[in-house]
Amino acid sequence: MAVLPGYRRPYPGTQPNHLHPPYVSSIKRSPGKPLIYLPHTLSEVTGPIIGPEKIDVKASDLTRQHSGEPLGERIIVSGRVLDENSRPVAHTLVEVWQANAAGRYLHKVDQHNAPLDPNFTGCGHALTDAEGRYRFVTIRPGEYPWRNHYNAWRPAHIHFSLFGPAFATRLVTQMYFPGDPLIPFDPIFNCTADEKARNRLISVFDWENTIPEHALGYRFDIVLSGREATPIEIPGGNK
Amino acid sequence: MSLQATTSQTVGPYFRIGLAGLYSNNLAAPGISGQRIEIAGKVLDADGQPVPDALIEVWQANANGKYAHPDDKQDKPVEPGFTGFGRIPTVADGSFRFTTIKPGRVPGPDGKLQAPHIAVSVFCRGLERRLVTRIYFADEASNAEDYALNLVEPARRHTLLAQKGSREGVLEWNVILQGPEETVFFDTGL
Repeated sequence: MAVLPGYRRPYPGTQPNHLHPPYVSSIKRSPGKPLIYLPHTLSEVTGPIIGPEKIDVKASDLTRQHSGEPLGERIIVSGRVLDENSRPVAHTLVEVWQANAAGRYLHKVDQHNAPLDPNFTGCGHALTDAEGRYRFVTIRPGEYPWRNHYNAWRPAHIHFSLFGPAFATRLVTQMYFPGDPLIPFDPIFNCTADEKARNRLISVFDWENTIPEHALGYRFDIVLSGREATPIEIPGGNK
Repeated sequence: MSLQATTSQTVGPYFRIGLAGLYSNNLAAPGISGQRIEIAGKVLDADGQPVPDALIEVWQANANGKYAHPDDKQDKPVEPGFTGFGRIPTVADGSFRFTTIKPGRVPGPDGKLQAPHIAVSVFCRGLERRLVTRIYFADEASNAEDYALNLVEPARRHTLLAQKGSREGVLEWNVILQGPEETVFFDTGL
């Protein structure tokens, strides 16, 4: 049987530790014992494949899921999903969720005193195309308070969840907005040691995908773990 | 110059909004071959308190030991309708349960077959990146020669074993995030 190469491990410092005490919830929920290094087996280099039969093509427009338009600033969030070898990750599922423009989630646990929007659920999904591209139409989420510490506020963000080709490539992350003054104070954003890695979570303003008289564009490229021992490297890609 | 994988961030407390569309706690539709099993347990924190906002994802081979994935090149049959994927949220008391079939054995890196197992990801508020673990079956003789189990010190292996519990036909397996009985978590990269 052919030997499959595993997926690459993270560069030191570019991924968060499980324990990050300034993020208080991590204190009782992170393992105290060292993780056990597991070389990838067939179980890790394979993974769930979510096909087009599970996809609602309308789910990529979060502004058209109800009878009326949601309140807030309409935006286009788009980008590419690549692997660490700069290859597009085609036909992979991207799931997103977010607060509404007032900073309120449609979730029973969220009791923030800000209005719900009957025209906004805050849930979307899409498959990437053959070039790894995705595109969502949504509204800019609001900042909101949380109870991590005194006067704690989350910067505006959109949650992203991706599978990629294998169990080993699963990624859940958050996208932030350029210039958000709350970012330097956010323990969730700041949990990763490597500053450049952290800053890649901040989307960039995107003229190219801005629609005149309609919506601003933001670009957020996502990189998933790539295969080890890749014979050819393709130059270019992310900054 | 190669790229670096994007930094992981917590799913937070509100993931249901975006991830509920793929919730599935029954992997084995009628007609799927194999021994039907139910696995139930709780996710608990360092104080033994239930974690009501965790998400478990499972990934497994079919009863033949074949993954529904193009990189599984084994000459074994896939089963239409069996994806091998489940996504199960915990509820208020930290519990979860799912129904599936017992997976067959798949090849390991040492040339031997691995013992039957289910690969598991655990996500919750407080975890900036997922935790990866595995479910094995307590009554399997092949556990003794399993590649991954043998990476684990013997005193901790039981945390990976689904055991017969008080209820007939239900295997119990818990996720203990921290503490003396902490579940074994594997480093698989991200």
